[in-house]
Amino acid sequence: MNLLKTSALDPAQATLDQVVRAGDPWMQRVSRGQVLRIVDLEGNQAVDTVFFNADDPDEQYSLTHTIQAQGALYLGVGSRLMSNEGRAMLTIVADTCGRHDTLGGACSCESNTVRYGLEKRPMHSCRDSFMAAITAEGSPLHKRRVASNINFFMNVPVTPEGGLTFADGISAPGKYVEMRAEMDVVVLISNCPQLNNPCNAYNPTPVRCLVWNAP
Amino acid sequence: MSELLATLPPLARAAVPAHSTRFDAALVLWEEDLPGGCHWSGVLRRGSTLRLVDVEGRANVSALFHNHERPAERYNMPDTLKAQHTAHLAAGCVCYSDMGRVLCSIAEDTCGWHDPLCGSLDAATMQSKYGSADYQTHRNAMHRAGREGLLVELAKWGLGRGDMATPLNLFSKAVADAEGRLRFEAGHRRAGQHVDLRFEMDVLVALSAAPHPLDPSPRYAPGPVKLLAWHSGTAGADDPCRLRCPENERGFVNTERYFLR
Repeated sequence: MNLLKTSALDPAQATLDQVVRAGDPWMQRVSRGQVLRIVDLEGNQAVDTVFFNADDPDEQYSLTHTIQAQGALYLGVGSRLMSNEGRAMLTIVADTCGRHDTLGGACSCESNTVRYGLEKRPMHSCRDSFMAAITAEGSPLHKRRVASNINFFMNVPVTPEGGLTFADGISAPGKYVEMRAEMDVVVLISNCPQLNNPCNAYNPTPVRCLVWNAP
Repeated sequence: MSELLATLPPLARAAVPAHSTRFDAALVLWEEDLPGGCHWSGVLRRGSTLRLVDVEGRANVSALFHNHERPAERYNMPDTLKAQHTAHLAAGCVCYSDMGRVLCSIAEDTCGWHDPLCGSLDAATMQSKYGSADYQTHRNAMHRAGREGLLVELAKWGLGRGDMATPLNLFSKAVADAEGRLRFEAGHRRAGQHVDLRFEMDVLVALSAAPHPLDPSPRYAPGPVKLLAWHSGTAGADDPCRLRCPENERGFVNTERYFLR
């Protein structure tokens, strides 16, 4: 488990403080030096998150660059979230959860048909939330630019034998993760609506997003 | 026999062959050499198989798969791993697109572990690891990075940076410990090992034979690969890839639906 580290930042001083309801997308620009905190309000929620360079949407979060940069699979305090151009986009500076996933991807209607049953297609999914957000007026994003993502508060251990397990969440109500932007980024979140697996205890719940200006 | 197939309408069942086809020299369509470090792309049609051979036992092949008809549909590593509850690919596994379809299936494999996690080496990392070796001095022995090689191939088909997905690293093994730290197992590879990718859709395949990003070798020495395409047909009703798990049975049904008319 990664190091736990609390933050001294005061929510009363945040420049932005919003609740993202279960199953909703959320898109927000975060400038270089600003700090983004995501709070798992009720515990074991999966927060599917993509980052883009605010000035160049073809530069985006890359799970393989992030894994290569740290030589390890799980995210925690000190993890640099790398772009497909090999640059640090954000750095995790505080974390009271201990582990976050970047292998599990985002659920979709189509993958739900494979994983759970052909009849599951109509159910709401993260990738539908992503598509809704990127087709909003003025969005420079495109499906092909939504490649890899992070699942904050999710625990997806890989065994030495090469197995993949979806373990019980290690998060709990009020746990949070905080990251400092190293460049101007657009944050795209899908607050996961998945009802078919235990990643969120079959119960999607709201999360809270706060942004502080650079000190 | 797949229980799910039995529930489908007769025309849908009839589109699936009873059995998969085994390799036979008479079925070979073409052969080509891919020297270490080099890159390649081409279209493999539904019902053809690409056999890749690790000629000297030190190859890594980073592979990307896009639906040739509509390349916004592409290989999706997380969906592939989640559906099959695995963090490595081997015989019996399939490669899923983001649309819940099987782009290709690993019909045969003498290697036993292909790395889906680590991605390709990029030019900056390659240079800091191996130094530079440019064309003017080294001609075609120049160093080539995996990511840039894949991008060159994608660009030939009108695709760009945004179309990259996490590539599959054929022949390479990287093992995670309890804390998720990764270790590359160079001893995993053997000369002559091969893997058969059977294409279940018309797929644009981009390959780079550049070194694996975690290969600890201080020398740039990517191994050569032999490519061989053969006429295999698609996965049969009793194919081990289809029957590996209920998820794959459904993935094949999704794929077959795409081609029904």
